[in-house]
Amino acid sequence: MLKTFLIGLKDLKIAFRDRAAIIFMLLTPFLLTIGMGLVTGRFSSNDNSGALNIPIVIVNLDNDSLGDALVEVFSSEELADLLDTTTSEDAEATRLLVDKDETTAAIIIPAGFTQNIFSENINQNVQIEFYANPSRPTSAGIVKTILDGFMARVDEMRVGAITSIAQLMISGRISSEQANTVGEEMGTRLKNNQTDLNESLIRLNTSINQAETNEVDALAYIAPGMALMFLMYTVSYGGRSILAEKARGTLPRLLTTPTNSMQILGGKVFGIFLTGTVQMLILIGATTLLFQLQWGDMLGVVLLVFAAVFGATGWGLLITAFAQSPNQVGSVGSAVMLIFSIMGGSFIQIDNLPGFVQTLSKITPNAWALDGFTSLAFGGTIASLTTPIFALLTMGILLFLISAFLFGRKNLVQK
Amino acid sequence: MTNILEVQNLVKNYGDFQAVKGVSFNIQEGEIFSLLGPNGAGKTTTISMLSTLYEPTSGDATVAGYSVKKNPMGVRNAIGVVPQDLALYEDLTAKENLIFWGQMYNLSGKALSSRVDEVLEQIGLTDKAKNKVKTFSGGMKRRVNIGVGLLHKPKLLFMDEPTVGIDPQSRRAILDTVKDLNKKGMTVLYTTHYMEEAEELSDRVGIIDHGKLIAIGTQKELTKQVGETETLILHVSENEDPSALVSVLKGLPNVIVANVVNNEISISTPSAKDVLVSVVTKANERGIKIHSIDIREPNLEAVFLHLTGRALRD
Repeated sequence: MLKTFLIGLKDLKIAFRDRAAIIFMLLTPFLLTIGMGLVTGRFSSNDNSGALNIPIVIVNLDNDSLGDALVEVFSSEELADLLDTTTSEDAEATRLLVDKDETTAAIIIPAGFTQNIFSENINQNVQIEFYANPSRPTSAGIVKTILDGFMARVDEMRVGAITSIAQLMISGRISSEQANTVGEEMGTRLKNNQTDLNESLIRLNTSINQAETNEVDALAYIAPGMALMFLMYTVSYGGRSILAEKARGTLPRLLTTPTNSMQILGGKVFGIFLTGTVQMLILIGATTLLFQLQWGDMLGVVLLVFAAVFGATGWGLLITAFAQSPNQVGSVGSAVMLIFSIMGGSFIQIDNLPGFVQTLSKITPNAWALDGFTSLAFGGTIASLTTPIFALLTMGILLFLISAFLFGRKNLVQK
Repeated sequence: MTNILEVQNLVKNYGDFQAVKGVSFNIQEGEIFSLLGPNGAGKTTTISMLSTLYEPTSGDATVAGYSVKKNPMGVRNAIGVVPQDLALYEDLTAKENLIFWGQMYNLSGKALSSRVDEVLEQIGLTDKAKNKVKTFSGGMKRRVNIGVGLLHKPKLLFMDEPTVGIDPQSRRAILDTVKDLNKKGMTVLYTTHYMEEAEELSDRVGIIDHGKLIAIGTQKELTKQVGETETLILHVSENEDPSALVSVLKGLPNVIVANVVNNEISISTPSAKDVLVSVVTKANERGIKIHSIDIREPNLEAVFLHLTGRALRD
């Protein structure tokens, strides 16, 4: 066991003395993270919240309390960093702006919206038109979330009122003939008491703002994406070192010492795992310190790093087991690094990839680990990591077993 | 004197090709034994089997009582190996290399650090201990390569052509190191294709060719095989093609063997002065210019030539 550990430590030392490797393991992912952060505007806002300034247009044909409240919510100061809201009176022209990709979405409040909400006909279906720009799915999704929140609160109030009346009737405090009158009075009071209405909707406003602020820190997605992409480089580099030691003669020399082949291979695998882990932790530390990136529950992050590196190490070993030379490992490893990064969501969110790619992404450590990191960054706990960690550990174990079988048939002694 | 190494009918096949064909020999404790043979003779394959790197196809060997087939770990504890090619971690310093390899030989703590310092002193690299191996000259790297083999004070040191490709000065230093180690009691199995090295270092020599041990003994015993045969060496100029001359010389009386390597014609003969005139005459007839002539007493080169009909460095 000790020799396994010593061989791994030796490899870690050598990896971090290789300037080219340092550039690929640490500098490149770090610079790419900064680059992509700049592109997404992550570094341009004052509070580093990563807000997007999403342009939307509201057409308020209602011109009554609820319609005005909706406009006020979307124009509020709490959402000022997130949204760039303008109003219009022309629904058709607004839809055209969306079609021309000049705005993210149009919210068209129909005439009589407020009246219909507070009408006697409680079963009446009241709708607001949300006209979204299909080329901005993420931003449109954010706006829709806010709108859904607003509508949910409105519905809440309506159901609340209906429930109150029903309770009064059941308790005998009012009769069924009086129900209508009481209902109308409640509606009028709510309509007329703008302050109460606005307060409750502004509370909605603030909580949505907080949630959306967490969601739109682009770096919370970019940084792990880049780190995982270059983790695949590191595991290939480590795998390549096995064949490089064979070519260099140090592997055969190790086999003439009182060290068995399991200790040697185990040590090489441990070295790959150690190097990958140190790389990930350095990148996480650097982005936390320099960009105040919130990775989430630290214990969860560490566990996820271990699992991700374990899964990726399996792939590094498999590539090495098939390769005939260190250069082959390098070439194949680079290709795998790029393909896994694209499939696994390091560049484009997995949700935006075609269905079959999303399915294929399950073979990549990138996809599972990104799922876990995103969950943690947005407030998830260790419990939310169960599936990704299990998948990564299973991946690592399976690939290790296949690689061990293939290595057993490989001549690691003769050049 | 006890045998530290006993080799019995060691065979190594690679498919249809038999690289080592039933080699048997012993090495006594405290001696330097050289395996002398040309490239491809089977020296490295033999040493690889004895160091437990390759499994013998058949036969066995014991090192300090441990069988290479049945107890390879026992063998590995008893041997040190200096491979033909440098086997070091170039991004580590000389000291770090020695520490790592010492750990692989189960050394640790103070015992390891003091032994590393001793070995650095022994190989003359104490002041370069903290320099990375990749900054070293070829000769210095060879010294670290040797140092690794000495760390755990092995009972038997295998040195596989340790002077190949290095400058004469470094080569001299290595040969002196081997003699020095042996004076301090180290038993050495040394492989080489340089006759001079085998002659300078060895107590006994095994001559190996095409996987077979064709002669074994002290230098005196081996040279006796060629009797009083002398070797006449003719140095001809580079733009001459002496192969036709060699064919003619083989037919001359009192010429046992004639051979050419590069621009050196070697002629084994019972009396060099008796054939000298005929040889020079034949050379003149063919317009071959002779730059110089040497007459050598029987040596290992002559033994090899006598036994195989070929020069060591063919």
